[in-house]
Amino acid sequence: MHGRPRKAPKPEDAAALSAKAEKLRSLQSQFLANHHYRIYTKEALEISAKLLEINPESYTAWNYRKLAVEHFLSQSHSDLDSVKSIFDEELKVVENALRQNFKSYGAWHHRKWVLSKEYSSIDKELRLLERFQKADPRNFHAWNYRRFVAELLKRSDEDELKYTEDVIGANFSNYSAWHNRSILLSKLLRERREGYCPKEKALSEEYEHVHNALFTDPDDQSGWFYHLWLLDQTTKTDAPVLVSSWPPCGSNITLQGNKCLHGCGISLLSSELSDTRTLPIILYFNQAVEGISSSTVVVESELSITGDFVWKPLSTNNSKTAQCWVTYLNLRNMELHPLKTYPVEISLGHSQGIVSSSGCHYGHPSKIAFKLCVQTAYTEPAEGQAAKRTFWRDENFQKFEHCQESDSNLSVDELITENDLTPTTSNWCAEIIANEITVFRELLSLTDCKIGKLTLARLLTADDLISFPRAKSMVHAEEVLELYTDLVKLDPTHSIYYKDERSLTLLRQITSTRTSLVTYCRNFRDATESVAGYICLRLQNLSLSRMGSIENLLWVQMLDLSHNELRSIEGLEAMQLLSCLNLSQNKFGSFTALAPLRLIKSLKVLNISYNEIGSHSIDTRRYLCASPLCHAEEFPWDRFKILTGSVNVTDFWEAFLVFESLNLTQLDITGNTIADESFRSFLVKALPALKWLDGEELP
Amino acid sequence: MLIKNAWLWDGKPLCIEVKYLVPDEKLSGVLLFTCKMGELVSEKHVQYILSVEKRKDDFESVVMEHLRMNGAYWGLTTLDLLGKLDTVDVDEVVSWIMSCQHESGGFAGNVGHDPHILYTLSAVQVLALFDKLDVVDVDKVTSYIVNLQNEDGSFAGDMWGEVDTRFSYIAICCLSILHRLDKINVEKAVKYILSCKNMDGGFGCTPGGESHAGQIFCCVGALALTGSLDHVDKDLLGWWLCERQVKSGGLNGRPEKLPDVCYSWWVLSSLIMIDRVHWISKEKLIKYILECQDTEKGGISDRPDDAVDVFHTYFGVAGLSLLEYPGVKPIDPAYALPVEAVNRIFFGK
Ligand SMILES: [Zn+2]
Repeated sequence: MHGRPRKAPKPEDAAALSAKAEKLRSLQSQFLANHHYRIYTKEALEISAKLLEINPESYTAWNYRKLAVEHFLSQSHSDLDSVKSIFDEELKVVENALRQNFKSYGAWHHRKWVLSKEYSSIDKELRLLERFQKADPRNFHAWNYRRFVAELLKRSDEDELKYTEDVIGANFSNYSAWHNRSILLSKLLRERREGYCPKEKALSEEYEHVHNALFTDPDDQSGWFYHLWLLDQTTKTDAPVLVSSWPPCGSNITLQGNKCLHGCGISLLSSELSDTRTLPIILYFNQAVEGISSSTVVVESELSITGDFVWKPLSTNNSKTAQCWVTYLNLRNMELHPLKTYPVEISLGHSQGIVSSSGCHYGHPSKIAFKLCVQTAYTEPAEGQAAKRTFWRDENFQKFEHCQESDSNLSVDELITENDLTPTTSNWCAEIIANEITVFRELLSLTDCKIGKLTLARLLTADDLISFPRAKSMVHAEEVLELYTDLVKLDPTHSIYYKDERSLTLLRQITSTRTSLVTYCRNFRDATESVAGYICLRLQNLSLSRMGSIENLLWVQMLDLSHNELRSIEGLEAMQLLSCLNLSQNKFGSFTALAPLRLIKSLKVLNISYNEIGSHSIDTRRYLCASPLCHAEEFPWDRFKILTGSVNVTDFWEAFLVFESLNLTQLDITGNTIADESFRSFLVKALPALKWLDGEELP
Repeated sequence: MLIKNAWLWDGKPLCIEVKYLVPDEKLSGVLLFTCKMGELVSEKHVQYILSVEKRKDDFESVVMEHLRMNGAYWGLTTLDLLGKLDTVDVDEVVSWIMSCQHESGGFAGNVGHDPHILYTLSAVQVLALFDKLDVVDVDKVTSYIVNLQNEDGSFAGDMWGEVDTRFSYIAICCLSILHRLDKINVEKAVKYILSCKNMDGGFGCTPGGESHAGQIFCCVGALALTGSLDHVDKDLLGWWLCERQVKSGGLNGRPEKLPDVCYSWWVLSSLIMIDRVHWISKEKLIKYILECQDTEKGGISDRPDDAVDVFHTYFGVAGLSLLEYPGVKPIDPAYALPVEAVNRIFFGK
């Protein structure tokens, strides 16, 4: 029940209500008896009509009336007029019911059912609707019915668009009308109708409309989402675009013995690369795509590659589409000549087949060329060699200026390659955004409103992202960061939303240029390690509440994200070279939040100490992780039983799902509620390769 | 800054006092004030639900008679979340449920009424609560639901053909509980739901229909249960959903509408499924739900001081469960069943 006062009714009202209840009860039982015995007399129908007038939600009564109509149609050999009058009677019953409750699903459906029989005139429907829409301009049943009637009447989309304009003109605070406008306009733009192609003129007019609403009352949400949608319509490219890759275009990859070197002297940590001699090739798109295969992506090289490349979507829920795809170049059985350079060329977009989820084809032929060479021969790693423990101590990390040139012979420049794959954006798009920035600066000069700040931050970000060449990009970052900082204070209820946006902006700023990124890179040198020169990206202690810009970080092998406010690592699965990850001192609340790690086969060292795993009764990542609950995969019952014996599945299935596919040698998990003795003993069983647990060497 | 879990008093929701520490730059210090927050009167709510079950003669009960199956689900799930399911006579409930099943396999809202997918899910959910799914002929229920799927992947609510994404969720949830999801065309079902996606990232009843929190729950829930949440624009939808929180702390179901306790379920469960629930203030919402309680007679209403009903009592308690309120069992945001019941279904081998 909605909107009924709690206080007890007055005695006289209570008596009236009780009489009403009595009447309804008797109607209901008479009706149910008629329904049961299939009695369709005039009197019986009258009872159902009365019942529906009082209680339009009585769905069985609507069914009964439909059965009665079908009964008459099958019985009578009567003329068209009497058939029409039967249906007209039904329309009348619906109208009476709607007058009682115009939110009744059953009543609206009954009307549609009658009209679909095509005996009744539809001319009066719009007038009827007008009455209901005037009484409640936001009634979504009425709007749904309007779309249904407009189609029956074959009203043009332009006429309906004009109708929304009138409704908004009368009162802009009508989200339902803005919504319907977006539906109609999408269709007109998609079908490239006259006056809507090219789209810039139509979009400019729409911006004008929504400015009126936002300037009249910036706190009214009706125009907020429409503006964001317009911005998306302005900047989006329908066709998928390749935004980055690993190896990056123009890079030189040097494999040296058991280590893989990138540029000159940057070794990968003990990773898949050195253990199995497979080199990942990663393609990162601006949106999820499907259809990456050896027929849509051509790899050319002098390497003696046997068989086709198998491309795998990096998707945490086992979907066929993904933003990021990987294949592995298997070097194990290849005769590579030391000091010889092998050019590799990857081309895509020359044939159709790579498709976005909205059905757009990748149509921007691209080529990624890199070179591969080997310095010394490969030797199998010695058996039984003890894994060393990786310490995340500050003294193990050195800034580049402090480390000696000859020591590591770093060439970070080559490692971090700025990509320039993104195509140039059209002029009109840049003009619209520039104009919007001016408009919203003006709005903010009039009033210090949250939607003004938020929209300005979004516009400035869009402006940065469409700017080309990229070296110039992120010029607005400082201002955007400041706007989000303001918003956290202005609207504390949604503070984490703004913090998340702020984190994404910060990461975009950090990763957008080589110069800024290098200041976050450290040379990792463990006191116990003989080989120097691992590069660690240290993004620790930056108040990051969210991870992003991963397309610029595909090269990262060692990542420190500790001392932030992260709850998830969505997208991290794209870092296919990652072997050491520090997530200590964050806000991870469950193992399912670590699901992206399942796709990083090279991961060896993981620190998730001092998080909130086990402290929450509600798991917010449960359905973003492939599991039996969402039918994305079967639970590996047999492996669970073999490894863990009699451990209770319901207690640890999430941990098992995530860790089982990994090959961790070192794990730190202390400081989480879940990490008690029984859990630690479960981990030891479930992770046979584990050598170090919470700093203790396992026997 | 809110002192987290300040309403915890020896782990029980007894005396609830929340302290706010508000750092104020201008004062260059710390401002301290306290505000009294109500407590959840669990005992009273249990009494209220048990009393509604017995009351059959007042006007509201008569009006709601046709959806008693939904009422049973709301009431019994609430009792379970509050740890009081054992006060119910299981056999009586189960035999009544089975008396509502038709030859077609579908369940009616009450004895004598027609079968409908809406009540079929409630029946299956209640049986799952009691761990009594073995009394039902699974293939029969499955065939009822399978026959309601249309060529375009959508689902009708019953033989009369009303189509709505609510029914897509119900079909998927029901079959999933019965381990029969493979009997429908899941790919088409997902495709139909996606055709109802809107500019705000939300979903409507049918293609072109306006986004509405209840409808969003159904569509996001259906996508969650089929492992298809990658099709949801989580940031866009998350922003729309988090903006449902109004000044009072309550949530509304659409922009510029009044808050209502039932959206504590629809909005909150959707935010949880897409992992964006931290974008709203949980503390404010807890406060709002507690303010909607009838602390004398039990029950929760849509807004403070309105009349209570079982529907809002369930959504209020389920909302508190999603907010990790102490003393309320956790509920699964997609199946709308206690987590322990869901675990029993999927890991209870
Ligand atoms: Zn409500």
